[in-house]
This record gives sequence, structure tokens and C-alpha cells, in this order.
Amino acid sequence: MSKLSGLGGRLYRGETSVDFIGRRRRWYSISAFFILASIGALSLQGLHLGIEFKGGSSFTVTKAHASIEDARAAVTATGIPGELIVQNIGSDKVRVQTSALDNAQNNAVQDALATKFSVTTESIDSQIVGPSWGKEITRKALYGLIGFLICVMLYLAMAFEPKMAVAAIVAVVHDVFITVGIYALVGFDVTPATVIGFLTILGYSLYDTVVVFDKIRENTRTITASSKQTYSQATNLAVNQTLVRSFNTSLIALLPVASILFVGAGLLGAGTLKDLSLALFIGLTVGTYSSVFIAPPVLAQLREKEPAMVALAKRVNGRGVIASTITPAAVDLIDRPRGPRNQPKRKGRK
Amino acid sequence: MSTTNKPVKTTARPARSLAILGLVLIAMTGLVFVQGATAVRLGLDLRGGTSVTLQPRIAPGENGKVTNEAIDQAVSIIRQRVNSLGVAESEVAAQGSGTNRQIVISVPGDTGRRVVELVGQTAELRFRQVLASAVSTGAADPKATPTAGVSAEVNAKFAALDCTKLANLQGTGTDAPTDAIAVCDRAGTTKYILAPAEVLGRQISKASAGIDTQGGSAWYVSLTFNGEGTKAFGALTTRVTTLAEPLNQVAIVLDGLVVSSPRITEPIPSGNAQITGSFTQLEAQDLANVLKYGALPLAFDRGEVQQISPTLGADQLNAGLIAGGLGLGLVLLYSMLYYRGLGFVTVGSLAVAGSLVYLLFLLLGKWIGFTLTLAGIAGAIVAIGVTADSFIVYFERVRDELREGRTLRTAVESGWVRARHTILVADFVSIIAAVLLYFFAVGGVRGFAFTLGLTTLVDLIVVFVFTKPLVTILARMNFYSSGHRFSGLSAKSTGTLPVVKEAQ
Repeated sequence: MSKLSGLGGRLYRGETSVDFIGRRRRWYSISAFFILASIGALSLQGLHLGIEFKGGSSFTVTKAHASIEDARAAVTATGIPGELIVQNIGSDKVRVQTSALDNAQNNAVQDALATKFSVTTESIDSQIVGPSWGKEITRKALYGLIGFLICVMLYLAMAFEPKMAVAAIVAVVHDVFITVGIYALVGFDVTPATVIGFLTILGYSLYDTVVVFDKIRENTRTITASSKQTYSQATNLAVNQTLVRSFNTSLIALLPVASILFVGAGLLGAGTLKDLSLALFIGLTVGTYSSVFIAPPVLAQLREKEPAMVALAKRVNGRGVIASTITPAAVDLIDRPRGPRNQPKRKGRK
Repeated sequence: MSTTNKPVKTTARPARSLAILGLVLIAMTGLVFVQGATAVRLGLDLRGGTSVTLQPRIAPGENGKVTNEAIDQAVSIIRQRVNSLGVAESEVAAQGSGTNRQIVISVPGDTGRRVVELVGQTAELRFRQVLASAVSTGAADPKATPTAGVSAEVNAKFAALDCTKLANLQGTGTDAPTDAIAVCDRAGTTKYILAPAEVLGRQISKASAGIDTQGGSAWYVSLTFNGEGTKAFGALTTRVTTLAEPLNQVAIVLDGLVVSSPRITEPIPSGNAQITGSFTQLEAQDLANVLKYGALPLAFDRGEVQQISPTLGADQLNAGLIAGGLGLGLVLLYSMLYYRGLGFVTVGSLAVAGSLVYLLFLLLGKWIGFTLTLAGIAGAIVAIGVTADSFIVYFERVRDELREGRTLRTAVESGWVRARHTILVADFVSIIAAVLLYFFAVGGVRGFAFTLGLTTLVDLIVVFVFTKPLVTILARMNFYSSGHRFSGLSAKSTGTLPVVKEAQ
């Protein structure tokens, strides 16, 4: 742990530095690959939509040793139309999913299962979704997504800079694409809880990006006044300086999500908890990646095109400062206090 | 750093905000007991029950748009039906915004199918002449004089009808318009025998509540019929106006229950009528809404029906609590390992945030009927991470300041100024997300958005009035408690100081 603290200090002063901005082509290629794979998976396989979107009924019987065969036989005997998915959930549950049924058919299936496994109809957990319902949910989710992107873009443009808002949104869209792609590829069920998870990721992914951008803004506030660093160099330093922070905030955010996923999937099998936390887990991971590897390079690229920044880059390069020996502006502002008088007493203690 | 032991300017402030926070927590706890809100209201998915989400649409054969009034009226009709089941804590509410709202019905316990069958039917409005009426005392009334011109069956039903029984106030919407019927009024005080329907709800074109400022500020309801309705209502009023009580009354029947039975004092051939009486504003508006609804009966598509057995509910609650405990434990463990001394600040802050959220759950349950669902629990657990993130942003800022050579005491202050901006922006983005999720989400998942928004607000409060003041006090305590640079500080702040030349 303390090793990591030391790393934080070195990253902060630029002693250790990863070139996030300079190697942007590499990160872009990696992301482009994943996005293409996502689009491929989406168009070839599509998403595995839950009954909430397609319409359909789901009945879960809790009974020790309930077998899939028995359940299927009982439901098939009712003569309901459409596809039938029967699976075991945990050790003592069997779940039957049907296509959209009318009220009488639903009752018939429930009765058949109750008789077969000798339980009461009230003890059968059921979810019945009408055929038109899914469209409504999809429509709402789409509105939510668009509304969110617009609100956040406006807000970030006000709180930071318009170009930061653009870069942040690029990163968010990137996250959504890849997360959806993973869902298509692996074939995880998409339910309303998943969609809510997706939408929440957007907020989360932005949290990390905001932390990084705040530091970038601080480092570049008076950048054109001197000729020490180009915008890209200052941005790269900011990303390095906030690296430990990004790692910690993401890890801390992931821990509770992982425990919901673990407990939700382990104890309950399928359901709200699993769907929600799975989407969050994947999205958070992708979001952390994009807040470091995508959003800052995109921002730097956008800003470097400005005449003032082009001029700055010329001045900096003219001075012959080599990118790999960046001196953080912040450190230069401090005359002595950073120095040895303070350092020794921090050493020696773990 | 030995030279920086100057008195701190902001001596009283951190202690003051901690004290205020303490008082607020005590006051909220007191309020919880005074209001008797000592248990969090659990959603159906945590205690078992049936929830039905209905999507209203125009009934077949009708034209027009689904209006807000019609939905409100549909909610009150369905509420009447659901309440007749007599299950405590049943709820009927419209969700969503604008005309595209859904009606969500939640009934706890093992009622299952009965609820589903009860709530989906279209309710109809009809005008029927009153043939007989009697106060319903609760006991059957076998001595009631049979009403002429009505079948013995209806007479017998009328005699036996007990309007104090919930089951008789259910309303069904299945009263055949061509038959005479024996029904109760909505309040459950009067029973009626009514003639076959002569005017139907869809023959109304307009209805509104108004106030007669000249006649002593009396509220009235005015209604206008369409062409067909004008003719039918004209004929009905002309026939009954000269008859004796109660035959000169016309009952307005909605969903098989009498809403109002005004006396007809003169024939009304114009198609414009006014219902007067000793209405309060609320009663007048309610009646107007009933009549408007009649103009546009809604049918309901069953969007979603969910039935959760109490066993599954208990399992879900357990799983939620275990996941919460595990998540919290992991976050605390990591904070302690990584931030050492400052980890205690995280523990304290999360404890304060947790108590605030819990107290708010209790109070909001009482005040606005907030119920905690499984998705809500998930939201709260996810929020542990968001809340802890704020502390990390602050701690890392303080460490940055230390790296720039500031003393702990000043680092705590200057780091805060910078971290504050980051935390505000990041939390605000979370709140935007939560608000939008809340308005666009459907059904139970809204609970997730609500708790996420609530906990983000709590996070802001805790960071500002607890975490920051606490860190200020701790930083100062270290300086005062130990004259020595190393010893006294070590326990609390090892994690805050970067170990630059670490051996391992």
C-alpha cells in the first residue's frame, strides 16, 4: 500500500510518467477495435432482451428438487402457444418463461405448475408483461439517455469548458457502446434493471472524468502565460497526477457493486440485483478506462487545434524542452518548502 | 513545520458544524419517535405482494385523448375497487408524467389473481332514474316495500343489500345498461334501485365545476351533452320532473356506484345542465371529473403484473442486506488499509451518512409514503461507493498539497478549496442522472433513482459539515497534542504523507 503512496508522489511530481496523451493512437485503436467488435456483435447477435421488453410471462416455483422436465411437461400440457424457456435457479427453484399470454392462459399455466409441484398458486412468484409494455420502456429509456446527455453536456460546458463537455460525452458514448457490445457478445439478459444500470454508468463514468478534467483545468489555467509546457504535456501531467485518485475512486465504487453482483447472483440467481450490478460492474470498468485513456487525449486534441495552443506548442518546442522531462508548473511555483526540510520526516515512517 | 504552530484562525467553526450536525441528527431521531416512524416501509418485492402496472388507453369505440383528469379519475375508481379488498397498505397511484402516465397498484400479501381481475376493467358512467332509495343501516331490511315495475330478484337484492360492507362498494363496471339494478352509493350510506340507463357517459361533451358568486358563493357543476345526449337527457328530465320523490331523481352511476343523485326540478331540453347542492369546492370538482371521465372511459392494458411470495420477499431483503454489509465492509477495509488514519474519517463519515439516510428513509416513509424496494437497496449500496469517492477526492487533494510542501494544517484547508469544486461538479452530475432516471424509469426501478439521488445529497451534506470539519480538527489536534513532528502525528496521518523514498 505504501508503495502505491510513493508511486502517487512520483506521478505527482512527474518523476514517473505514463504518456497517455502522446500514445493516443494506441488507445484509440484499442477502443476502435472494441467498438467495432461491439457493433459487429450487436448486428450479428443482437441483445438478449428479457420478457419486460418482448412481453411474456415468467413463473418461478420454489420447491426442493423441482425438475425442469416436470415443469416443462406441466406447462406444455396447457397447450399455450409460443416459445418456452425452463431453467433451474439456485438449488430449489425452477423458472418457466413463456411468450405473451392472455389472462386465462396465465392462470392456466400457474394452475398447472401449482398442481404439478403441489404448491399454492400464491406461492408461485410471477411476472406477467403485456406485449406493448416493452415499447413503452424502450422509448422511455431512450428519452432518458438523450435527456441525460444533453443536460450533462450543458452543465459541464458551464462548469468547465465546452470542449471538455464534448470530450466527456465522447467518453460516455464510448462506454455505452462497449458495455452494450459486451452484453450482445456474451448474451447477458437485458432487463429494465440493466437499462437503469446503463444509465447510472453514465453518471459514474462522468464522475471519474470530472476528477481528471478538474485537474487538467487547474494545470492549464495560466498555461499560455509561460512557455514551459504544451497543452498536451500539461494534460498528461494532470492525468498522471490523478491516476492514483482515479484508481482508488474506481476501486471503491466497484467494491459495493461487486458485492451486490456476488450476493445477487449467488443467493438469488437472476433478478434485479444481478442485472443492475452486472451492468454497473462492466460499465464502471469501461468508464474508468475511458476517463484516463479516451477523454483526456480527445480533449487535448481538440484544444491543441486552437491558435493560442498552436503558438504555445511552437514556443515550447522552440525552447527545446523535451517532452519526457516535463517539469510540473505547480512545483516550480514553490521556492523551497517542498524541499528536503519536509521530506526527511515523512521518510522513515511507514 | 515546527515553525508553523501559529494559532488557527477558524478556531470555532469546525466544532460548530459538527455540533450542529449532531443536533440535527438528534432532532431527526426525536422526530422519528414522535411521528412513530420507527420502521422503514418495505416495498412489495421485499415483503411479498402483487403489483399491477396499467397503461390507460381510450376504450374501444371512443375518440379523444387520454387526459390527466381521466387518469386521476381512473385512479380513484381503481382505488375504490382495491380498497374493497380490505387489505391494509394497498396503494394505487399514477406514475410518470403528462398524459402518458401509468397506474401502479400495489397490494401486499397473498391476494394474487383477485387484484389482477379487479383492476383491469373499464369503468362506465351512466345516468339512471332512481326508483327507490333507502338509508343503508347495515342490517338487511326484509320489510322494505317491493318497488313496482322491478323484478323480484332486484327487489330481493335491494332488501338484502348492505352498503356498509366493503365488498358491496367494490364497483365493477359490469352493470348492464339495459337492466334495472340495486346498488350502493360511493359513501356506503344509501342504497338505490335504479331504472335502466337512459343517458350514457360518452354522450357528455363537457363538464366543469364553477362557483356562483351572486348566489352566496355556492359551488355547482355544469355539464353539456352532445346531440344524442341532449335528446336523451331532455326526454328523461321531462318525464321525471313531475313525479314524486324519489322518482324525480336521476342517479349518476360510475363503475356501478352512485356518485350523486340530483333532483330534477324542471325539464332540460337544451343539453346544458347545472347540478347545484351544498357542494364544497372539492366535491364539485370531483363530480365534474367524474362527468368528464364519463365522456371518455378508459380501458387499461395490463403492462406488468408481478406477484412475489413473502418467502421470496424475505430472501431478497436478506440478499440486499448481506450485499450492503459486504460492500460496506470491503470499502471500509480498503480505506483503512490504504488511508490508515484517514480511514477512520471514512468510517465516521460513512456512519454519519448511513444514519442520515436511514433516518430519511424512516421520515420520508411517513411523510411521502417512500417505500424501500430491492432496487432502492441496490441504489443505497452503490451510493456507498459514490460517497466514499468524495472522501478520496478530498484526501488525495490534501496529499497533493502536502507534496507541494504545505503543512498538514494548510494542506487540509487549501486541498479542501480545490476538492470542493470537484466534489460539487461530480455530485451534481450524479444528481442530474438520478433526477432523469426518476422521471424516465418505470415501476420499481424508480426506487433506485430515488435512493441514489437522496444519498448523493446526503453525501454533499456529510462532506461539507462532517468530513471537512473533522479533518480540520484532526489536523489541528495533531499539532497541539504533540510538540514532536513525528510521534503524535504518526497514528493519524501516516496515510496522508507521501513516502517518497520507500525501501520496499
